Amino acid sequence: MFDAVGRNLPFLMGGFWVTVKLMFFALAGGIPLGILVGLGRISRNKWVYYPVTFYVNVIRNIPLILVIFWFYFVMPIIIGRPLDPFPSAVISFIIFEATYFGEIIRAGYQSVSKGQIEAGYSTGLTYVQTTRWILIPIALRRMLPSMITQSIVTYQDTCLAFVIGLPEFIRRARIVDTMEVRSIQLFGFVAIVFFITCYIGSVISRRFEVKEKEGG
Amino acid sequence: MYLLQGIWVTIKLGLIGWAMALSLGVLIGTIRISPWRWLSSIGTAYVEIFRNIPFMVQLFFWYYAGPMIFGESLQYRINAIIGLNYYVAIIALGMYTASRVAEHTRAGFAAISRDHHHAALSTGLTHPQMYRYVIIPYALRIIIPPLTTEFLTIFKNSSIAMTIGVLETTFMSYKIDSETFHGLESTTGACLIYLGLGLAVVKLMGTLESRLKIPGMIGR
Repeated sequence: MFDAVGRNLPFLMGGFWVTVKLMFFALAGGIPLGILVGLGRISRNKWVYYPVTFYVNVIRNIPLILVIFWFYFVMPIIIGRPLDPFPSAVISFIIFEATYFGEIIRAGYQSVSKGQIEAGYSTGLTYVQTTRWILIPIALRRMLPSMITQSIVTYQDTCLAFVIGLPEFIRRARIVDTMEVRSIQLFGFVAIVFFITCYIGSVISRRFEVKEKEGG
Repeated sequence: MYLLQGIWVTIKLGLIGWAMALSLGVLIGTIRISPWRWLSSIGTAYVEIFRNIPFMVQLFFWYYAGPMIFGESLQYRINAIIGLNYYVAIIALGMYTASRVAEHTRAGFAAISRDHHHAALSTGLTHPQMYRYVIIPYALRIIIPPLTTEFLTIFKNSSIAMTIGVLETTFMSYKIDSETFHGLESTTGACLIYLGLGLAVVKLMGTLESRLKIPGMIGR
């Protein structure tokens, strides 16, 4: 039933590996940048707040596919030669996903009530201690489920690198399909692989949500 | 000029897909909380499958593999339909967004306390009447803010339809690049179009929200 998939398995799995690498780099860059964006969004300095808010609102309103394209076109102008699809895609993903992670971090920070912070100060903790022992643990626990969900979304989004010709999972499935004409099994296989991996991710995310509720 | 044609297609994709997503999504969200196990598990399976597979994979599956499901003879007739990619894009967009709408609908139902159910039943409404007149209208108004986000997302997701050759805004900006090499200008223009569309949707839904909000709830 999956004969065409079987014949081309190394080629397809190579594409899957590209997808995983893409996700890894996107997260490795997107989460740290997202933390900075999140901090910028809660900053009281308006020279930080307004530019960051502008960046977040613009990027979040544009489809990812267009960010990828735009970056692919802008790069040759800046550095004078076309960038390879892979680094170009990675940078667009980082720029795009950082806005989403930033908003999650902002929401997590703002969900910690003022009373808890003040309670921390009133027991004699310093600012650093309050942040380290009260703010960060609570906010982090609240953010974790959405962070995992957003990581899954990032993983699903990596397939959009298809449009600038990156030979990732779907591009390769498409290449094999033009030779073998076995669309049902090829795209079915891609769908199953994505389903299984994402489902595992969502189960993990739900586990953390339950834990958070138990912790009160 | 190309971009203007593209906007029209983007709007059409978004609106028709949205109409489909909303009706299907509310239906599935409702059957997910139904007391019959087999019915609610169908709803759960639908949501899990459509949410855990990237939209682009779904689009490719329906476009390339979809016609093959119907067997040899019908396959050629389906592939001969003019504008097939356009219809496939709308259906895929609707079905994908429906799974997300269904999740919001379910969350909306969960937000309604049991007291409302009991109150509705004690006034003599039957179960279907309770859902029809009390719970569903109530839940729909609660979930307007998350639905706004989904409405925005459907326009953004419609850009993925370019991968199967639907001539919408993103495709047009790419086409302009391949004909004139002004890729930067055309993609920037397309970005502005999406920003404008997003603002329009937010404005529209904001009006709708303040018109329909339940007094004393979702205070903003």
